[in-house]
Formats: sequence, structure tokens, C-alpha cells
Amino acid sequence: MTVTEDRPAGKEIGSPRKRKEDQRLITGRTKFTDNIQLPGMLHLAMVRSPFAHATITNIDTAEAKAAPNVVMVLTGADVADEQGALPCAWPISEDQKAQPHPSIAVDRVAFAGEIVAVVVARSAAAARDAAELVDVDYDELPAALDLKEAAEDTVLAHPDLGTNKSAFWQFDSAGAGTGSAIDDAIRDAEILIEREYRQQRLIPAFMEPRSFAVDPTGEQITMWSATQVPHILKLMLALTLGIPESKLRVIAPDVGGGFGGKLQVTPEEVITLLAARRTGKPCKYTETRSESLMAAHHGRDQWQKLTLAAKADGTVTGLKVDLIANMGAYLGLVTPGVPILGAFMFNGIYKFPAYQFNCTNVFTNMTWTDAYRGAGRPEATYAIERMMDQLALELDMDPVEIREKNWIKHEEFPFTTVCGLEYDSGNYEAATARAKEMFGYDELRAEQKRRRESNDPVQLGIGVSTFTEMCGLAPSRVLGSLNYGAGGWEHASVRMLPSGKVEVVTGTSPHGQGHVTAWSQIAADRLGVPFEDIEVLHGDTQVSHKGLDTYGSRSLVVGGSAVVAAADKVIERAKPIAAHLLEASVNDIEFKDGRFSVAGTDKGMAIGELALASFSAHNLPDGVEPGLDADATFDPANFSFPHGTHLCALEVDTETGGVKMRKYVAVDDVGNIVNPLLVEGQVHGGLVQGIAQALWEEAVHDSSGTLVSASFVDYLVPTAADTISFDTDRTVTPSTSNPLGTKGVGEAGTIASTPCVVNAVVDALKPFGVIDVQMPCTPERIWKAIHDRGAGGADPTEGEAMPHFDEKDVADRSEGGAQ
Amino acid sequence: MTRINVKVDGAMCSDDVEPRTLLVHYLREQLGKTGTVIGCDTSNCGACTVHLDGRSVKSCNVLAVQADGHEVTTIEGLATNGELHPVQKAFHECHALQCGFCTPGMIMQSVDLLNENSDPSEEEIRTGLEGNLCRCTGYHNIVKAVQQAADGAGSAAVASTSGGAS
Repeated sequence: MTVTEDRPAGKEIGSPRKRKEDQRLITGRTKFTDNIQLPGMLHLAMVRSPFAHATITNIDTAEAKAAPNVVMVLTGADVADEQGALPCAWPISEDQKAQPHPSIAVDRVAFAGEIVAVVVARSAAAARDAAELVDVDYDELPAALDLKEAAEDTVLAHPDLGTNKSAFWQFDSAGAGTGSAIDDAIRDAEILIEREYRQQRLIPAFMEPRSFAVDPTGEQITMWSATQVPHILKLMLALTLGIPESKLRVIAPDVGGGFGGKLQVTPEEVITLLAARRTGKPCKYTETRSESLMAAHHGRDQWQKLTLAAKADGTVTGLKVDLIANMGAYLGLVTPGVPILGAFMFNGIYKFPAYQFNCTNVFTNMTWTDAYRGAGRPEATYAIERMMDQLALELDMDPVEIREKNWIKHEEFPFTTVCGLEYDSGNYEAATARAKEMFGYDELRAEQKRRRESNDPVQLGIGVSTFTEMCGLAPSRVLGSLNYGAGGWEHASVRMLPSGKVEVVTGTSPHGQGHVTAWSQIAADRLGVPFEDIEVLHGDTQVSHKGLDTYGSRSLVVGGSAVVAAADKVIERAKPIAAHLLEASVNDIEFKDGRFSVAGTDKGMAIGELALASFSAHNLPDGVEPGLDADATFDPANFSFPHGTHLCALEVDTETGGVKMRKYVAVDDVGNIVNPLLVEGQVHGGLVQGIAQALWEEAVHDSSGTLVSASFVDYLVPTAADTISFDTDRTVTPSTSNPLGTKGVGEAGTIASTPCVVNAVVDALKPFGVIDVQMPCTPERIWKAIHDRGAGGADPTEGEAMPHFDEKDVADRSEGGAQ
Repeated sequence: MTRINVKVDGAMCSDDVEPRTLLVHYLREQLGKTGTVIGCDTSNCGACTVHLDGRSVKSCNVLAVQADGHEVTTIEGLATNGELHPVQKAFHECHALQCGFCTPGMIMQSVDLLNENSDPSEEEIRTGLEGNLCRCTGYHNIVKAVQQAADGAGSAAVASTSGGAS
């Protein structure tokens, strides 16, 4: 079965090519990790702590070991000398405090869901049955659960550390020489707005539960992992377990979404490898959804205190940010750095003279947090875009007008911001004008006015949000200056096969983005070979031996640029051979549309002919190596800065607090477009994830630290029925920091949509004097905000988001809970 | 162990299963029908949707023994004689999938939806797919794909590859 493609006329780049990836995915011929079954394969089940903080006093595994088809039961004590500690690659300060993170807890658990024992059996069902028979005794310890209280060291998440504060990180524009002093701005402010916002805890909730399979039977240990980062994983496993890197091979086969949630080196990966090594048999572990929601890393979870100084005409003069960021119980791969990725973005698209960012990273006895779509930048954008609305409200100005007054004008690019970043290109006026036009801004404002005047029980809210983000992670030098453990380059190879086909090997690791299609388009244009003749290989460290994987909207910007560079090297390698075979001077060789020709003549050869000639190597110039293959590594000189303007209209039923979205317009500028179909898909998906933070999703814990939203019954990933179709468009100002002129699109929708929707909710409630509603803006919170202005942001999160778990239920649960 | 006889994707299968075995585990582990995937443990996500006697069911919510004497169609059996089902084609043409994990279930549910209602409104499509979660696409293009498949249902319009996704 093949899907016939229409070949669009002209260049591949910019064409809405349908995806090469789809055929196997729509017919069920997939290679997700859980589909892998090897002869003699054993299956793992985890025993997890029901307590947020407890000492393990005894583990009795006898009954489990005696159960049918059980091969082995492991506890932390069994592997204490072997398992090492899970890695954190981003220590943000010299004196950062961290508790070593064992894959299997040895004598103490620090969050509910932490693994305390592992059953290895001949079938997944047998392993799960036997896991029920493992008897663990705990002495429960006081748990640090409330982020603000934890920041005060009221209860210690890790008593040995002596404090919950992991690190403090500051950026100060006066200190850095990039702006003036924030204290002066605050002192001289004509208008001063102080607000506190909550970034609730979210769960990435990729659709494919994490799955890991390890085959120890070859010379190399092979791991299949549902990961975004096979290359990083390989290195980190080697370092963690003391295995020579060359003895490991990591394969990310089909991976079912990640959103940052699979940017991790996990306990389960280490454990599956240890089990395979001990048994000498292939081993597999696939988590249940409940385990995934509980123990795969969470995202966001911050308190943000913001102080905005402005002049009476609406010109912002300074912004001060004080963050408390919840690390959870341990520091994952980039946990401490996530808030820092937002540090340079709180100024958004605006020209602020003074800026200060203070962040305290705090441990609690909760699942550890780490990257989630946007990572730091949605938090920053939310804060500033909410604050700009507050300023507009204060001055009774239109929210678009207040933004325009403060944003960087298109003629001012390149513009160095108060954070010292050089925004290379953008046109905020153009994107905003287009968005307003598509939205029918003035008409909707008129409707809003009518509804307000008639005291309509259903009020209309109009939300505005602009954004920019630093993408294309990242210039290696910048990462070095932020103490990140690795660089930010990306690698590609182009292999010219003797048959005329082409293999492009990339160090990026797609898990839904469509790299195979987009990279084919790039290589097709560059090399002048048909799209269909290009194969893109990825996600296997033995095939793609070098790479830094996929996250942070980096793949096209950095990895796509590496493909360009490698293809250009192929052409350069081919030129002397073409000159030799065409009996011309190399200076006279021209390359265009896949053909090398001699200038001013009709003599020429196709690139495929040269590939064959260089393969056979029968007639090469002296000293020229056979083959045309080339490798390239691209390290960007600067970040890229996509931007956009989003507008949202929604109806709020003031009698029920219910929200119904009417219209959502997103005009994004992500630079040059390789494939508009893929770009739109990324925007749509991002929008829904960002809207979900605004309206529905929250990881909710009870008072003993148990995750109560631990299934899709309670963790509200939106459905088709919750969402609407979107109106999207683009403006294009090419990035200047990469040869494709692209900026990255993976996170854009998620970043802009959250504040846009909350701004719309709050705007709808303006007649009631409401100035904030805490996320997620549930009907109950909205109703309470209408009836009691303070309730929107003041009440404890738990009580409001999950009203059916009242105090009594919680008490019953913890008393009768897992023992 | 209980003996069951099930016709799966056109082939008769006769197997011994534990009575507690879920249909999805039978399909994946005993028959190797790994095209049908498992996304949750509470019957919320719909990734495992298959057809039982022509109607969609979440195969994590059906015991294998309940399929005894019945006919199951999975995503792997949807195309006929090498020709993709119009809904499969529409998903490809409308870019209605990204990671593809929800796609088998989403397609099987969409087929069932269109069998019930050949000309659904956007709202009817959205409601009809409520039991299937997707985290990548934001549903926008999934809805479009179902609309496109509906527009071409019974005609050759969907089967052709004319036009782009917009």
C-alpha cells in the first residue's frame, strides 16, 4: 500500500507536503516501544510508595518471589551499590543543594509514586500480580507539600539538606549593565502594580505511556526507549551506571508524544537496564497511565510575585519578578534550569529600561518537575501579559494600545533587550494588525459593550496576548555561561547512495513533529533530488551517532540548519569530481537543481551520476577520496525569536461560571516556513495545551501528598468536544541566525494561549470588578470570583479545583490509605 | 483458560485465554496486533478502540471471552485489498495525526461515527470523538479529516488524492 502524492510545482521548502510518516501510523504498522517483544523477554512491574515522605523500615519480598513466573524481585538495598544517582545536567549555582536521586529508594521515599521495589516476571500480568505481594513497612514522616510553606523551611523535604532551598538565581539589569536599576524605577513609578500569580502544576500527559525495553544479549546493551533524547540518555546512562558509552546503544523508535515529558533520564530506564543485566534476558517495562501521571515528571508549579512600574501615560519603566519554583522531590535532567529559561523572557516584546529576576528553587515532597512544553517561557509570558492587561485596566486603556505603546517597533530591530538578548527580527505591528483584522476586534468590542450595558447574564470576554520566546536552543556558549552541562549544536549527515537515493541522518529525535517530511524537503531543495528519493534516519545512536535531540523548538532551527550545511558540503565535495569527469576547471563548475554543469556549455552531470562515479571510484582525481557523504554540525550564533499576537473571544455565563470559547485567532511569526501544514499542526496542538492550562488542567494533591488527579478521569486533558476550530495565519520576518531563516514553532501556541484565555475570562468579568481568576479558571472559581472578588486567587488551590474531595473525604482516604 | 473463537481482521483465531484477559491484551500479546495500542487504564483515552461486529468499542473495556463468536476489526484490518479506508486517507491528507499514538483509535471511532451519521455537523463530530484523547493535534485537523471523509463518503472524492489539506 502506498499513498500517492501530488508533487507540488516549484520548490519543496514552503510546500504543504503531506507527511511521509503517516502511512505506517494510519495502518497500525507502528514500532512503539511497548510493541517490541523479544524471545525470552521478561516484564517489570514497579512497587511504588503511597506516602509522600516516609522511612522504609522493612520490605518483605518472599511471597512475591515465590509467586508463579516471577524471576526476580529487586529492592533499593539490592542495587544500592550499582544504581548510582540519576543525573541533573543543569546546576544553576555553585552552591546548589540537591539530594541524590536513587532509581529505587533505599531507606527513605520523598514523594508518592517513588519506586521501592521491582518485580521481574515472565509476563506483565504475572509481574503486576506479584507486585501486589511485596510487603513494605513505612514510618511516615511529615511532608513538605505547600510550596510557600516549603520555601519557609516549615517542614523539610529532605531533612539531611537542612533546608528546602535548592538554589537562588538572580538577573539584575543594573548589575549586568543591560539596563537601569529596578529600585529606582519602583521608587519613581507614577503607577505601581503588584500582583501574585500561580502557575499550577501540570502533567505533560503524552498519549504514549513511557515504555523501555533492554536487550543485554549482544556485545552492546541495546535500549529502546520512549524518549525525546536518545543521545543524551545514552551518555547519561553510561555516566550513571559506569558502563562504557561504546557499550550502549539507545533507540527511540516510534515515540508517542513528549512535550518535554520525555526529556528525562528516568528511574525506570535505569531499573530496566539493571534488571536486564542481572537476568541476562531482554526486559521490558511499560507504565500504566496512573503511574505515568503520578511519577513521570510534572511541569510548571511556581508562585510569581510581580512588581510593574510605569508612567501615567502607560510607559512601563521597570519590572521586578520574584519566583518560587517547585522542584518537587529531586532535580531531574534540567529541573533547576526551567525557571531560568524564563528569566530572559518576562520583558516579552517590550522595551523595559529596568528589570530584575529573582528565583528560588524549592524542594517539596512531590513528583519532581522538569521541562513541559515551553519550559519557563509560558510562565514568563503569562506573567507579563497578565500584567500588561492590569496596566491597561488601571489606565482604562485598550489592552492592545498599552502593548503597542511599549513594544519594540519593527524598525528598531535588531534590538538588545533589558536582559541583554539581541532580538534579531520581528514585526509586532504586522502580526497584531492581521490578528485584529481576522478577529473582527472592533465588532466584538461593540458586542461586548452591548452585553455589558444590557446586563446580559452571558458576558463576552476578549483576551489579548502577544509573545516572543527564545528558541533554537541553543548557542553552546550561552548554555555554557548558564552552567548547562552540554552544548546546543546539532549534527547531520548526508549520505549519497550509489543508486542515487539519499539518506539524511539527523541528531534530532522526532516524536510527532514531522521531521522526516520537513528534512526531506530541505535536502530535496538543497541537493536537487526528488523528495521521494530521500530517507531521513534518526533516533538510533548506532545510526545517528551524534546529536542533542528534540526539545525547546530547536529541531528545525538547529538540526535543519545542520542538514543544510551537510548538503552544501556534499556539493562542494562533488565539484572537483564533476570538474575532472567533465574535463573542466573546478572554478567553471556550477550547481543548480541537482545538476553540475560547466559554465557556458551544455555539458553536465546529475548529482546521482556523480554519487555513482564517486562510489565506483574508477576515475577520481588524484588525492580525492571516494564518496560524497558529508557531516556537519551547526551551532547557532544566537537564539531565534518567534513572536505572535493571539486574540480570543469567549462567553462567560455569569450565573454558572461556565466558559464557552467563541473564536480564537493566532497570528504567529515563526520566520520562514518549510512546511505550512506542519506549522499549523504545531500551532493547533500548542493552543489546546495552553488553553488547557488556562481552563482545565491541574495536578491536584490531597493533604497527605497523594495525587488525586492520577487518571484521565480527574486530570482534564481536553477532548474534541471541549475545543473549537482555530483561525490561524502567519507573518514572516526571517530569522537571521540560521541559514533557513526559521524560528521554531513547537512551543508558540502553548506560550501565547494561556494568558490570552485568562485575559479573556477576566475581561468578561470586568463589570463585576474582578481583576484575577486563578488557573485553571474552573466554573466554580469564576462563580466565586463574581460573588466574592477576592476568591479568584486567594483560596487554596486544592479546595477549588477538586470540590468533590472535601476535607472529610481526604481524611478518610489518608486514614484508610495504602499501608 | 477458556477457549475462544474470534474472527480478527478477517482471519479465524482460536485461542486459550485467561478469563480475565482484556480484548486489547489478547489482540496485542497473543495475536501480535500491536497496531491497537493502550493509552490509559481507565477507559478514558480511546487509543485502543476497535470494532466489535462493526461497532466501536474500547478494547480495554471488553474481555477477550466476550469477543468469543464475534468479529473484531482493528486498524490493521481497515484497509481493504491494499486500498486505504477513506477515513485513513483523510487523516493523512488533513494532517490529522502527529505522533500517531491516538490515531488507530481515533480512526476507528471516526469510521463508527460516520457509519452512524454520514453527514455530521462539526459539533456532532466533536461530540462523537469525545471518548478519544489526542494530545498533539488540538483536534482541529481531526475534525477536518472527518468532515472531508464525510464529504466523500460513498463517492470517489475521498479516495482520490486531489487537493491539499486546506
